[in-house]
Amino acid sequence: MFRGLLKNPAFILGASLFLITLLIALFAPLFMNVDTQTRVGLAYTPPSSEHWLGTDHMGIDMVSMLIAGLRSSLHVGFLAGTVATIVGTLIGVYGGYKGGLIDDVLTVATNLFLVIPSLIVLILLSSSMDQGRSLSLIALIIGCTTWTWSARAVRAQSASLRARDHVSLARINGYGTFGIVMLHILPYLLSYIFMVFILQTATGILSEASISMLGLGPYDSVSLGKILNEAIRNEALTDGAWWAFVPAMVLVTVIAFALYVINTAMEGVFNPRLRK
Amino acid sequence: MLANYPTLRHILGRAGWYFVTFLVAVTINFFLPRLGDANPIDTIIARASAGSSDAVAQKKIAESYLKEFRLIQLDDQGEIIRDAKGDPIKTGLAEQFVSYLVMSLKGDLGTSILQYPKKVSEIIKDALPWTLTLQLPTIIFGWLVGNLLGALAAYKRGVFDRVLYPLALLASAVPAFCVGILLVYVFGIRLEWFPAVGGYDDSMVPNLSWEFISSASYYYVLPFLSIFLIVLGGQAIGMRSMCIYELGTDYVKYAKLLGIRESKILFYMFRNAMLPQLTGLALALGAMVGGALITEMIFSYPGLGMAVLTAIQGNDYSVITGCTLLVTVTVLIANFSVDILVGLLDPRIRAAQGGGSK
Repeated sequence: MFRGLLKNPAFILGASLFLITLLIALFAPLFMNVDTQTRVGLAYTPPSSEHWLGTDHMGIDMVSMLIAGLRSSLHVGFLAGTVATIVGTLIGVYGGYKGGLIDDVLTVATNLFLVIPSLIVLILLSSSMDQGRSLSLIALIIGCTTWTWSARAVRAQSASLRARDHVSLARINGYGTFGIVMLHILPYLLSYIFMVFILQTATGILSEASISMLGLGPYDSVSLGKILNEAIRNEALTDGAWWAFVPAMVLVTVIAFALYVINTAMEGVFNPRLRK
Repeated sequence: MLANYPTLRHILGRAGWYFVTFLVAVTINFFLPRLGDANPIDTIIARASAGSSDAVAQKKIAESYLKEFRLIQLDDQGEIIRDAKGDPIKTGLAEQFVSYLVMSLKGDLGTSILQYPKKVSEIIKDALPWTLTLQLPTIIFGWLVGNLLGALAAYKRGVFDRVLYPLALLASAVPAFCVGILLVYVFGIRLEWFPAVGGYDDSMVPNLSWEFISSASYYYVLPFLSIFLIVLGGQAIGMRSMCIYELGTDYVKYAKLLGIRESKILFYMFRNAMLPQLTGLALALGAMVGGALITEMIFSYPGLGMAVLTAIQGNDYSVITGCTLLVTVTVLIANFSVDILVGLLDPRIRAAQGGGSK
């Protein structure tokens, strides 16, 4: 199965793009001085050999800002993705396996939160917390508002496993719900859950960028969305300072694109019907 | 009784479900902003009474604000109910919620804090037509074109698919705000082909004259394109994989063996793939509207998105919650319409209609 993935050109493209951004985020601070505090020049200085991407409206080195922003965005993405995947998987697997009334209630609740725009819930929650909006808290909030997609997807898969013989056998052998879900249903869904996690991570990164664009970003860190928000608020667009917003947009897009490509490629490999 | 009218039963069932969703949305809308420690009413009372040093006058100002925002109990005539010491009695959270529910249903969303004493419903009344004329046609049009292109790509394959698919994938991965910023920068500021911000010429007053409409349509182009491209990309990808699945099914293979015309097979396939895409639209509407709101903010389009942004910057909580409630309700209504459409189109629901009780 994994050999099939490595032969898939789309997967290789997505995975290498994502790995590059991940490596930059992890190791760039070792090779260069990431400084998001000191002013190194005038506002919106164009790119030069010393500062590859110029400076922002405060005169801070853009490369440093971008690396710091990339680190926060990935941090938010992974944390929000993990939370959303865990919540969604628990609700989906449990509802799909149990069926009946519990399933109905969980499905109604899932659809309900699917219909209410998650951006709206994000706005309401973030605007009520005036001071304490840390990066991790924002990630948690995003995770708690975007789990609905994974719940739906996982529920459908888990419901189809319920009637399998090995699950019935486990039930006859006296396993409880917890045991059956953990040992006989979840292992079959692992590749599926991993795909869900990848999508949720992309959603997390995009949601953080959106919410920061509105000025509801984290107070304690630089994020890609916050860089964009500051650039727009400080007239980078009319000043023609493309280096203040284009690189941040490219980074967000590349990460989201890479994750989407990985997801579609995996879908193609795991679902043979699509492979032709 | 309703067994013989499955479409009607479907609609009534969905209506009930959406009513419950509405109630949950209102509850969320009321309680979430009150979870945090920020208290906007205290802030404006402090700001309003800063001018006077007189304690009695200050108390009066505070009381009038508390009355305005329904934080103290009133009797039937709208007079403040006082306890034995003459102090007003604070309303509990549960009572506030009930009065909020009743007022919301009447269409009264409270008073703006930033633009006091302007009503939130007035602000929304100005913004809503802009949002509706921008988002409704754009999403419907983008959905249609995206589905057509997706089906074509799946059926033709070859070069058409190889060009369209990566482009659509890119379009759906680019965040809404990036498309917006890029269009503003390239076509609005660099090339100056279209106005970069706003919904109409600043020198005009909104009216229904020909001049104003032509100005507004000129300003419409960039935000339209920005939302259209994103919706199109996502839909094309969904439809493409749906049609590839349909191509592999037995009925298509059988039809091909029978030698039925290609266009006819394509039509059957399209019809079958359409239904899940329509259901998908209902589920994705919330996310689409969210993205479109951000696009409005980037273009400073005078719709709800801009109203929310201004309100967030000024901590205007009543406008924020008013707008969020309205956006949610609009999304719910749109969803409900799609659901009814599905009920009318779905052969499984329609077929039961002639079949009597089943």
